[in-house]
Amino acid sequence: MTETDLTQTLSPDEEETVPGISIRNLYKIFGPHPERYVSAVREGMTKTELNRKHHHSLGLRDITTDLPAGKISVIMGLSGSGKSTLLRHINGLIAPTAGEVLIDGEDVAKMSPEALRAFRRHKTAMVFQNFALLPHRTVLENAVYGLDIQGEPRASSTEKAQCWIERVGLKGYENRYPAQLSGGMQQRVGLARALTNDAPILLMDEAFSALDPLIRMDMQTVLLDIQKEVSKTIVFITHDLDEALRLGDKIVILRAGEISQQGLGEEIVLHPANDYVRAFVKEVNRGRVVRLRSIARPKPSGEDWPGLQLPGATTLEGAAHQLLDAPGGSMATVLARNGSARGVVSMDDVMRGMLSQS
Amino acid sequence: MASSCWGLSESLCDFPSLSNKSLRLMRKTIDDGFRDLVRQFSDQIDAATRPLQWFLNTLETLFTGTPWFVMLVLILAAVWFASRSVKIAVGTGAALLAIGFFGLWEDTMTTLAMVTVATLISIVLGLPIGILAARSDRAQRVIMPVLDVMQTLPSFVYLIPVVVIFGIGKVPGLIAVVIYATPPMIRLTNLGIRLVDKEVIEAADAFGSSPRQKLWNVQLPLALPTLMTGVNQTIMMSLAMVVVASMVGVGGLGKNVLQAINNQFFTMGFLNGFALVAIAIAFDRASQAFGKRLQKHAEVLDD
Repeated sequence: MTETDLTQTLSPDEEETVPGISIRNLYKIFGPHPERYVSAVREGMTKTELNRKHHHSLGLRDITTDLPAGKISVIMGLSGSGKSTLLRHINGLIAPTAGEVLIDGEDVAKMSPEALRAFRRHKTAMVFQNFALLPHRTVLENAVYGLDIQGEPRASSTEKAQCWIERVGLKGYENRYPAQLSGGMQQRVGLARALTNDAPILLMDEAFSALDPLIRMDMQTVLLDIQKEVSKTIVFITHDLDEALRLGDKIVILRAGEISQQGLGEEIVLHPANDYVRAFVKEVNRGRVVRLRSIARPKPSGEDWPGLQLPGATTLEGAAHQLLDAPGGSMATVLARNGSARGVVSMDDVMRGMLSQS
Repeated sequence: MASSCWGLSESLCDFPSLSNKSLRLMRKTIDDGFRDLVRQFSDQIDAATRPLQWFLNTLETLFTGTPWFVMLVLILAAVWFASRSVKIAVGTGAALLAIGFFGLWEDTMTTLAMVTVATLISIVLGLPIGILAARSDRAQRVIMPVLDVMQTLPSFVYLIPVVVIFGIGKVPGLIAVVIYATPPMIRLTNLGIRLVDKEVIEAADAFGSSPRQKLWNVQLPLALPTLMTGVNQTIMMSLAMVVVASMVGVGGLGKNVLQAINNQFFTMGFLNGFALVAIAIAFDRASQAFGKRLQKHAEVLDD
């Protein structure tokens, strides 16, 4: 093998995305007179100072991000980071102190109560951490809840709900009450309720955080499978980086009300912007997150393309298996999204990529 | 008295109060003014209370006029449908038979008619006021002290203006009972709605519910156990007040108790008292069982 510069890699060829939700310079201050302190906070007043001197608490500071349409965006942060607050700005459950939340060119923060109600009925659906099901309604009646509110007759809404109940794996449980179901099954009802609403935007507030690890993995799979069919703009809140990396096309990391880093999962794992993110990323299983497109190198001139061809989206773990099984070769060709040969990787590159660089 | 006043002057010794003359003048002015006002509006007051009077009389005639065995079957059927419990139905039946056996059937029916009307009015008044209090903190701040007064003011005290306004009879008695029996309904409606899980309320908002949809789909159904406790408390309060109400002319078991107190009729007092207790226990058990039955969805099934 020729001694090529190991640091030299090709830039990953990214998918082009359209912003579905654009958040612009969003500030949220909690307290009796938040508007008085916006300009001070803009000029750099700290959270502590605001709290100590003026008894207001800073929820979000200067949040600007584009969440891609038809993709899963994950907002990640620890408790108190403002992630649930940010999510509630998207459907107007919380109004910003300053800034805009643009969806289809319309600012959610400026909608009248009627417009906001119509927007929530038709454009968004939400899944909650503790399920928030109606205990006096059966699974089926819970699933049609959103359509009930829209005024759709039960005859047609029941049919839609039935389809989603089956899709989330609750066939046969339609007439049970929530209290008669396990946590995982209750959240399936929550998911079916949100999907039956058939809104383009799906907001999920720590939807799987209250579930056991195995059931959580299961639900993530259900969500990813469904997303392949429906391609909704999903905003998913979590405090778990593994979950964020598994689900998120885009990840926004919040810390104390500010964006710490945002980007693709791989980008964040490979190039953490600061110590805070670095500390998070340290424990991540890179083999399952980093993909070949991020470590591919240009083909050394004078050599042929290796026989083993792997798509750029292959995880390092997957690539390692393929390289091990490949007869004779420790090199593979990495394909671009359009299927053409783009670069090469060796077993060494894959192994090095899987080890954390701390 | 000087010794107990450490030799202080009179103004420091006796509490500086209004003179007897001004106090008398104040009382007279307020009492006369109130009486004149009532006299002036007596026609309107009569007109306003007429539907109540009619409702009360109709129900009382119905209850006392219907043959006893028909009433017995109807009451037992109501208790059975509410509780679906053989035990409660049999207990109620035994209590009613004993009441009849001791010659108190008609008085009991009169009291039941009164309690039924009072409970219905208390629910009709208490539910919307409770909803209002739950929706607005400001309304709650105004309503709660009023309820405190209604519940702590000795019932004999508010019987005075009630009698001045409405005279002696069934309606003033009914109003006194309603004043006493409505506060628990308001309080428990308010509490029940305020205790509804915040996340479920948020879900209702997130799906775009209007305030009315939120109330009917979420708040009232989820507050139902507490609302049923309110209804139960209202029934208990009405039964407790029938003796006091008999002082202004309401008939039934309460009147007998009052007579027994005045004449020291030991046996009569206890028989009537126990009749009230029997009805109270039967209604309490039946309404609680009904409340529980409405919460059937909370039961966990074994697979």
